Amino acid sequence: MPAIEMSNPAALPADWRDILALTKPRVMSLVVFSGLCGLLAAPELPPLVLGFTAILCIALGAGACGALNQWYEVEVDASMRRTAKRPLPAGRMDRDTALQFGVGLGVFSVLLMGLATSWLAAALLAISILFYVLVYTVWLKPRTPQNIVIGGAAGAFPPLIGWVAATGHIAALPLLLFLIIFLWTPPHFWALSLFVRSDYAAAGIPMLPVVAGPQSTRRQIFIYSLAMAAAAVAPWPLGLAGPIYGLCSAILSFVFLVLAARVAANQAPDPALMGPEKHLFAYSVFYLFALFTVLVADRWLA
Amino acid sequence: MTELEDEVVRRQRERARIMAWLLGGFVVLLFFITIAKTGINW
Repeated sequence: MPAIEMSNPAALPADWRDILALTKPRVMSLVVFSGLCGLLAAPELPPLVLGFTAILCIALGAGACGALNQWYEVEVDASMRRTAKRPLPAGRMDRDTALQFGVGLGVFSVLLMGLATSWLAAALLAISILFYVLVYTVWLKPRTPQNIVIGGAAGAFPPLIGWVAATGHIAALPLLLFLIIFLWTPPHFWALSLFVRSDYAAAGIPMLPVVAGPQSTRRQIFIYSLAMAAAAVAPWPLGLAGPIYGLCSAILSFVFLVLAARVAANQAPDPALMGPEKHLFAYSVFYLFALFTVLVADRWLA
Repeated sequence: MTELEDEVVRRQRERARIMAWLLGGFVVLLFFITIAKTGINW
């Protein structure tokens, strides 16, 4: 167990705001949104309350992942500026509370998903939670610079889960949505890790910029962006989405590629001069929101 | 009561109140899930 001393007297129960912060609400918003889009893009919709419950379960599952991630990474978080003020490294909460909260939330979300929608959706939710916690957080993240590539699969599950919650089965379009997020994750995280590289290096996390250097990372960002753009446009030629989606996804992906090319061309070693990387990181969040919004709009307007 | 004990009680009350709201919401949600699953139309 890490030797993190609590600045808070042990007698104090955790504040509810800190318990909420364990769930990483900002990360959860993208997960919830992509899950909702997966559900709304499905050819058949469940009753409103069951759809709401499915999205609630995806949110709770993501919250469980956040809590268990922070429980496991308390020492790493304490050594990084970006995460040092989180409830556990700041000593405002004891680790057992975080562990119990994370496990309880995860089990509850899976059971509720199974009871309300389908056990296939519940199984996918359970797999995504276990994959994020065990495969990504515990196994890959501290060991390999490919942590984000493989671990990104965990964040790609929500649209698939949303679709399965609505229809009860897996189809080609949600698998493509899975692939899009899977390929989107490396450029998104590597852009961030380029300008917070010293943080990851100090924490001993073998992120690609730390291990392979900025230039190699920039090349890989561009290569993954190419693959992601191809996957993003693919639903249109495959007949899984209409021309509205086709046109918008092509424009959005083109802008993404332009920004990724600017990153690839940047030589700056200093984070202060990493404007292209910061622009790509910010745009990547907008890109995913916009792409999934257009997919749902295309489905409903068709 | 000391300042620390006051803070403990305040936090316990806040958490108990939030837990009560969440449990109440869960009961309502279960009710509507049951209605939806049994296919009863209002």
